[in-house]
Amino acid sequence: MVRPTRGYRVFQVVNGFVLAGVVVVTLFPFVNIVARSFSGEHEIRSGQVTLWPKGFNLTTYQNVMSDPLFWINYRNTVVYTVVATAISLVLTTCYAYVLSKHRLRGRALLVGVAVFTMFFNGGLIPNYVLVSSLELRNTLWAIVLPNAINVFNLLVMKAFFESLPTELEEAASVDGLGTYGILARIVLPLSKAVLATMLLFYAVQFWNSWFAGFLYMDRQELFPVTVYLRNLIAGATSGTDITASSETALQVAASIQAVTIVLTMLPIMLVYPFIQRYFVSGVMLGAVKG
Amino acid sequence: MTLTRTPQRVAEPPTAPLRPRRRTWGQALRRDWQLYSLAVLPLLFFLVFRYLPMIGNVIAFRRYEPGGDLLGEYWVGLRYFEMFLNDPTFWQVFANTVIIGGLTLLFCFPLPIVLALLLNEVRTRWLKGFVQTISYLPHFLSIVVIAGLIFQTLAVDGVVNQGMRALGQDPVAFMQDPAWFRTIYVSSEVWQTVGWGTILYLAALTTIDSDLYEQAKVDGANRWRQTWHVTLPGIRPTMITLLILNIGTFLAVGFEKILLLYNPLTYSTADVVATYLYRVGIVSGSFSYAAAIGLFESLIGLALVLGANTISRRTVGTSLW
Repeated sequence: MVRPTRGYRVFQVVNGFVLAGVVVVTLFPFVNIVARSFSGEHEIRSGQVTLWPKGFNLTTYQNVMSDPLFWINYRNTVVYTVVATAISLVLTTCYAYVLSKHRLRGRALLVGVAVFTMFFNGGLIPNYVLVSSLELRNTLWAIVLPNAINVFNLLVMKAFFESLPTELEEAASVDGLGTYGILARIVLPLSKAVLATMLLFYAVQFWNSWFAGFLYMDRQELFPVTVYLRNLIAGATSGTDITASSETALQVAASIQAVTIVLTMLPIMLVYPFIQRYFVSGVMLGAVKG
Repeated sequence: MTLTRTPQRVAEPPTAPLRPRRRTWGQALRRDWQLYSLAVLPLLFFLVFRYLPMIGNVIAFRRYEPGGDLLGEYWVGLRYFEMFLNDPTFWQVFANTVIIGGLTLLFCFPLPIVLALLLNEVRTRWLKGFVQTISYLPHFLSIVVIAGLIFQTLAVDGVVNQGMRALGQDPVAFMQDPAWFRTIYVSSEVWQTVGWGTILYLAALTTIDSDLYEQAKVDGANRWRQTWHVTLPGIRPTMITLLILNIGTFLAVGFEKILLLYNPLTYSTADVVATYLYRVGIVSGSFSYAAAIGLFESLIGLALVLGANTISRRTVGTSLW
């Protein structure tokens, strides 16, 4: 074994500093927002809050959490996420299983139908016109149906099903089990890990989504919490009314924004350490055969 | 009626039925109807929510009345295309799109490669894992939360302006200043994507044969030359695949993020094709005009993917399909 050269040792030290810099820069906005959320309005306004709360108080949390609309919108996000994830998971699993069967006549066409939509899509306006004319506006379905199958997730699942040994399924088929039986009793029990990964992919996607809710919901009691947050941000920053008189309102909104941001990202941050590795393995699985 | 699986009768000439025959559609349906039935609902989804909107683009060539026929009232030919091609605002937002897309490609494509190479040199496993976990975090957050973080960080009382004040500078209203928009957009995009972008490169790095490094050492190559001659060629297929994908989505700049971050004061640098057609179509109700712009943008996107893929297949032999 050759001893590392002087140059390489210098590089290792520099590398350590660069990576430490990456960690600090990534985390800084999060620490700052948490500090702001616990700080007093005056302290935020005068630019004193950096890493630690100044003028510690919980009043803003109380204010935000006593707004009934916040909780209605939060509950909407939970409901939309659960329903959308369940439907997406079922449709994606069914189609991925069909696509994994190489003997199937017309399989190439079925794959093509899905993959083509990755490279060409109808665009915003025709989608909007479609959802409106199907009368899905102001319903849960406007959020759930247009995004029911994510083609990337579909290809990840297809790759997983293709990697399963065929002998088990063949044996079950000889024993007289039909396709439904094989899928339910043989394939799905072997696919718990990939199902969990897909569940997380879809749940995070729908939890974070805002644009469908923003576009298709007219009544605020139907908004997901992301749209609630978006309206707070937009209300405080519309560039046209930056006048001395609205300066106060602008700054009061700052601490409320901070609290709402913290409360919106909290569930994701809490589960993040546990779900992160599933995401990484899912992405790798998709990349093997993408 | 012929069944492929019936036992061969002695009377038949032995050569003919031995040739494997392709099943007809009727036989395939009889045999695999349960599999096909599983595909019905997903296919319905693709046809209604993916292919119908593609057909819905005919309203770019027809007069559409809100609340009227889904596919428009009557043909107007290329009128809406002529309209936007003669619209100076369209060309301004088109230029903005190309600039923002180009800058994003310039920074967001190479930086994950650099970070992956740096991570690859870390010999302490837990340290490497820690940096990875932290750097993936922004990928999991809603774009609304990220926009909120950007507003708070860059506010007049935010940390960046605190730093400016400490250096004796006047505070800047970053979000209201068109000169800052591209910098803010691209640097926040790097912040969001650089960590997550390393995953595929780190996976590719683990597949490089360690014998190659040993041979390079024997030939007297130092770490830097090993990186240049062994590591980079090893991850080249991944780099090219991701480059094709990046070029293909080059014009699909982060529409949702810009919609959240821009305001009328910053339109001159921030307004892109997607946000412009959103305002023209959804906000002002000129659906046909906006659909024409959208169709133009989608076709350019498709051409970019196909073009980048063809060039890559001819020059380096890597293709997406």
